[in-house]
Parts: sequence; C-alpha cells; structure tokens
Amino acid sequence: MAHKAQPQSATPGEVTGAQSLILSLEAVGADTVFGLPGGAILPAYDPLLDSTKVRHILVRHEQGAGHAAEGYAAATGKVGVCMATSGPGATNLVTPIADAYMDSVPMVAITGQVASRSIGTDAFQEADIRGITMPITKHNYLVTNADEIPRVIAEAFHIAATGRPGPVLVDISKDALQAKTTFDWPPKIALPGYHPVTRPHAKQIREAARLIKAASRPVLYVGGGIIRAHAAPELAAFVEATGIPVVTTLMARGAFPDSHALHLGMPGMHGSVAAVTALQKSDLLITLGARFDDRVTGELKSFAPGAKVIHADIDPAEISKNRTADVPIVGDAKAIIADLLLAVGHGEFAIGPAAYEAWRETTLGWKATFPVGYTAPTSEALMPQHVIERIGAIAGPEAIYVPGVGQHQMWAAQFIAYERPNSFANSGGLGTMGYSVPAAMGAKVAEPERVVWAIDGDGCFQMTNQELATCVINNIPIKVAIINNSSLGMVRQWQTLFYNQRYSNTDLHTSVGSRIPDFVKLAEAYGCVGLRCESPDDLDAVIAKAMEINDVPVVIDFVVERDAMVWPMVAAGVSNDLIQIAKDTAPQWDREESEALEQDLDADHDGVPTGSRRS
Amino acid sequence: MSKHTLSVLVENKPGVLARISALFSRRGFNIDSLAVGPTEHPDISRITVVVDVEELPLEQVTKQLNKLVEVLKVVELDRESSVQRQIVLVKVRADAHTRSQVTEIVQLFRGKVVDVTPDALSVEVTGNADKIHDLLQLLEPYGVKELVQSGIVALGRGSRSITDRALRSA
Repeated sequence: MAHKAQPQSATPGEVTGAQSLILSLEAVGADTVFGLPGGAILPAYDPLLDSTKVRHILVRHEQGAGHAAEGYAAATGKVGVCMATSGPGATNLVTPIADAYMDSVPMVAITGQVASRSIGTDAFQEADIRGITMPITKHNYLVTNADEIPRVIAEAFHIAATGRPGPVLVDISKDALQAKTTFDWPPKIALPGYHPVTRPHAKQIREAARLIKAASRPVLYVGGGIIRAHAAPELAAFVEATGIPVVTTLMARGAFPDSHALHLGMPGMHGSVAAVTALQKSDLLITLGARFDDRVTGELKSFAPGAKVIHADIDPAEISKNRTADVPIVGDAKAIIADLLLAVGHGEFAIGPAAYEAWRETTLGWKATFPVGYTAPTSEALMPQHVIERIGAIAGPEAIYVPGVGQHQMWAAQFIAYERPNSFANSGGLGTMGYSVPAAMGAKVAEPERVVWAIDGDGCFQMTNQELATCVINNIPIKVAIINNSSLGMVRQWQTLFYNQRYSNTDLHTSVGSRIPDFVKLAEAYGCVGLRCESPDDLDAVIAKAMEINDVPVVIDFVVERDAMVWPMVAAGVSNDLIQIAKDTAPQWDREESEALEQDLDADHDGVPTGSRRS
Repeated sequence: MSKHTLSVLVENKPGVLARISALFSRRGFNIDSLAVGPTEHPDISRITVVVDVEELPLEQVTKQLNKLVEVLKVVELDRESSVQRQIVLVKVRADAHTRSQVTEIVQLFRGKVVDVTPDALSVEVTGNADKIHDLLQLLEPYGVKELVQSGIVALGRGSRSITDRALRSA
C-alpha cells in the first residue's frame, strides 16, 4: 500500500532531540498524538506544547492512547500515533500494540526510555520495551543518538503504512531527547531489507483467471486486507463483472456493501449460514486479503474441502500458512483485483454473464432461507440484537461503529448493515476487551463530522471507561451504547452451552440484582449525558435522543436480556459443516435442495451433503 | 523432521540476533545450531542457523525471517552444494597409558592437540556434524571431561557469493 507520507522540506538548524522529534512528526504529516507524559518522555512534551500542527490528546491510561491511535487509523487508513513514557507507560501500550499487530493497523508508538547510560541498570521506570515488543511489532527501534531521530521517525511511518501495515515502536532515551542535534528533512531512509511486493506477478494472475474461468462454485473470501488496501471499489467492480458471491470476514465488514444481493454475509464461528455453507460447498475460494483464521475456518482440515484456493495477500508469509494455496498471488489487493478483472474481462479467460448462474441461485437461496436473526422477546425484555439493529438503522451507513469484544461485537457485525469501508472498527485478531471507548474516541478525532458509536459491553466498558474524561475535556462527542446484560456475556454463553450452566465468575452485577456501577451516574460524573433504556417501547426514542446530542458524549445503559445468545455458531475446533442456527438446531435444508446438493455438492461422495449432517 | 541449513544475511545492528531467535521461539521452530559473525562487508552479519523442520514449516521460517526489516537475504544451503563446518574443543582423560591412543584418534580426524596435562588432553577438531559425531563416539570410552562446540557455518560451493547478490538487491 503506497501511503507514503508527504514529507515537507525544512531547513537544517540546531535543535534538541525533543524538538527534532516534534519537527519530524510535523514533517511526516502526523496531526494527532494520543499520549500521557512521564519522566523519560518529558523533554518531548515541552516542544509539543508549542506545536500548531500536532494536536496532543491527553488520555487517562496509555492503553487508551494505543486504542485511540488504532481507531484513528481504522477510520481513515492513516497512521495513528500514540506516546508514552518509559517503564509502566510503555508496558501499558503493549496490549494495543499487540492488537494493532494482529489486525494490521498502521500505528507508530513513541516511548521515552531512561537515559542511555542507565539502560540495563534496572533504573527507575526502566523496561526493555523494545525487547518486550519485538514479537508484536512490525519493527521497532531504540534510539540513543539524537541525530537519528528524523530518519527513524520517517522509517517508522513508512514501515507502519506500507506493505502489510502494522505497529512500529520507537523508544527514545531521555538523553537523546535532551541532546543538541540538527534537524534536516527529508532524511535519507535506509531500509535495505524492506521491499514489500505490491505488483502482482502476471503469470499468477493468468493462473488465477484460469481457475476462475474453470470454476463452477466460486466464492470471494474477502478479508481486512481489502480495507487496508483501499480496494473496495475494485472489489465492487469485480463482483459486478463476474457475479461471484462474496463473504466478508469480521475484519472486512464494510469492504463490500451489505445491501448488495451477492453479499452472503460474514463467514466463521458466528457467520451466516449462507456464508459458511457457500465456503464449505465451494470449488474455488478467491481469497483476497484474508488469512484463514481459525475463527473463519473452524476445524482446518474440513474447511471448504472441495475448493481450490487462490490466495492473494501482500504478506507472502500468510500464503499457505494455514491452507495450501493452489495459486498464490503476492501483491497489493487493489492492483491484484484490477489485474484479475482485466484477465477475466476479455480474452482466453473471459467470463460470460451466465457463468455460475446455478451456484448463484443456490447461495442466494441459502441467504433467503437462513437470514441471520434472533428470537423475538416474549416479555417486555429488551433484546440486545434488537438494540444494535436499531442503532445501525437510525445512525445509518455514514456513521462509524466501534464494538468491544464479545457477544455485542458479533451482534454489531451481524445486525448493522455496513455499506462502506472504514465504517466498522473492531479488535478482531487479539479480541481485546476495552477496545471500544478509546478506539471510538480515536475514530471521532479522525472523522469529527461523522457520528461515532461505541457499541460496548458492560464488561468491556469497565476496562477503559476512564477515557470518557478525555472525550469530555477534549470535546470528542462519541456515543456509547452499553449492551448491559450484567455479565461477561460471551463467556456466559459458553458456560451455558459447554459447562452445564455453571456460571463461574461471569456475573458483573451491573443490572441484575444490583447496579454496580450505575452507568448513568457514572456517565454524569464524567460530564457526559447518561441515558437508560429498559424497554423495547423506548428504544427508538432513546437512540433518537442520543443522536440529537452532539456537544458532549452520550452514554446509554441498555439493560438487555442476559440469556440472549449469538447464533449461528460453529463450536470451537469443529467442522463448519456443524453450524447451528440455535441451541441444538442445525439448519433444516429444503428437501429438493438437499437432493440437488447431494448430487452436486457432496464433496466426500458418501451420499450425504455435508451441510445437512448433524453431530 | 529434517535438518535444513539457512544462511541469513542481516544488517549489523544491535538486537538483530535477539529478533531472530525470538522469532524462532515465538513461531515454535527449533534451532539446532546457530553461528553469527561479521562478513566481508562491515555492515552485514551472517547468521547460519540449522533448523529441524519439515518442508512446509521451513517455508514459513524463511518467509517469516524475510519479513524482518533487518534481514537482507535468506538462502537455504543444501549439504551437497555447500561446505559446512563446525569446531569442537574437547578435554579428554588421557594419562601416560592412553595418551598415544587418543592422539592417534585425533590425528585420524586431522585434529590438533592444543593443551596437555598429565591426566588430560585438550583437542581441537573441525568438520561437519557427522565427523564431529564420529570423533566424539571414539573419544567417549576414554572419558570426555568437557566439551564445547561452535554452531555450524556454511558456504555455498562455486564462485558466486550470496553477499554480493544481497547487496545488489539492497
């Protein structure tokens, strides 16, 4: 991905290392830094006070700074920046850095380090953050010489944003920040070992086109790489031209419009029946910027057993890591899809408009028969899915939705219709509870004109809710929907299903029996507007009220039914063929369709279509 | 499992070895032998690492190594087309009765005696892993008091140089 920062030239002059750092951040185009100062990074905060180009937002916990930088990056595709001091400041960034690494989020983390002469002495607030973050960063630096600061900052932003994006940490010793140096921009970047391949190989494109032409049941298995590569327009054009059905992974929600007829939904553990089944029955997976994550494949050896695989990714190490690819394509998704479209548009591998007709009808039949739904409430209880669905309907596709991790995250992926890339930001790979509020804050800073909804759980919210103070003070009016089921809901769901309803340590007492804390009072204590909704009758009115408030953050305590569960579900480690649409309920396949499937799609030739088999 | 020898050219910067060994442990790959040193180019170090993996995981090792920003080049050197050597220093029990027998063994392996005391000999032998293994088998009955081995270093046969190619692509 070519997001090289546009460096502005500056004249050399004598400055401190700290000034050089701030000048470098300005020159590289960073406009926002989320951070919290402390001893070792203190010199950098002095010139930061005078910068008119870099806005620093003081968070309440460094983890919030990291997630805010991620939210900023997820909403825009630009590099998010966070800053912390040495020792505990830096280690508090570890979780968001690991999160950004798993989800390929472009991020630069700048940390102060103790003076170089003290490194290794167990000095006050010393931690080897470079060593600690080696396995969770794309690259990292320890800078002890002030002269290196501009080059390292330029390299860090370049590495974070190009190729497969990811977090880069720059640890700078206090004496380097205090030393005299010169500032010269642009610096000479020296990265002899860093050459991400962006142009796909023509031969591989031809091989892929050959497979696409020959396939009868192809599926576009689309991952977060499409969003990182800004390749949604190319993907849309490809689908229009070929009529191949699409599934979008959790990280790819929004990469292809949910409203499109050929969008079969999300695959994986909580994917739609149509998406999961289409992959299982497919004879060709056209995999674009996805990585065969275990949450998508279920039991790997029974995943899409009859499919050949085209695997396109900018990271060669992802290709054939989990599932062997028949046609590997290394490159930028935008270029790959454009080339593929040309290859199947005319010539030897041109695809006619009637191609895949029967398959398309079959998959659309599944989509119509097995929509992702939920049990309507029998009592007056508020169903969490209903709440999330209404937020999505009222706030619309131009808003940005930022869930935490757990049941509410899955419902936010299932029941909000995403129509554009960067409208959904979540912690997919690492599954970090506490992501929502600070990431929503970062997204709102990046996109102040958009409505930003944090869709959080009562558990997740309590991990990072202190950033509401940051939001209020810095005029960042996010909206927070707490889907309050008084539990660690996803864990509780597993206890219901797999641990005989023994609810060990999942009751959070946030609505059932007691209200600790009272989220409305908590919101008010921070200077937010606090609202509560306990009945389906008030639902739309409460959401509408929240939508009207644009000067301060709004927190809504949606007190929901605690026994609601996320369906469909494929239990961990089993085949996707064993998808259930409710507890102990496999999809009931239409008889005629089943017979057709037996003939066409019985991959293992045992007379039983795999999708209709029960455990 | 089979053993594969990789030559990894890296930028000569602090922390590179930590980065590479951390990658091996994080991805669950076993390092059999490791040797590091500077090359003819002062900016480039060469790491020779022997890993014990199947073909497919080996491809992962190579790809993951290549992703490291400071790694310039990864080349697998197979046994036939490369020269592979390690050095071993052994302190063997040897008194007046056995000294000549031990010395004879060492000479058969073109080794050198580097230190002598009334009850021990210290010997130095270089060779490939098989040769070292055979030597140690023969010395074992006399009593090996102490043993230290280097990692394997390996060089491709022929006139081409992987460092030249790495520099060109850099």
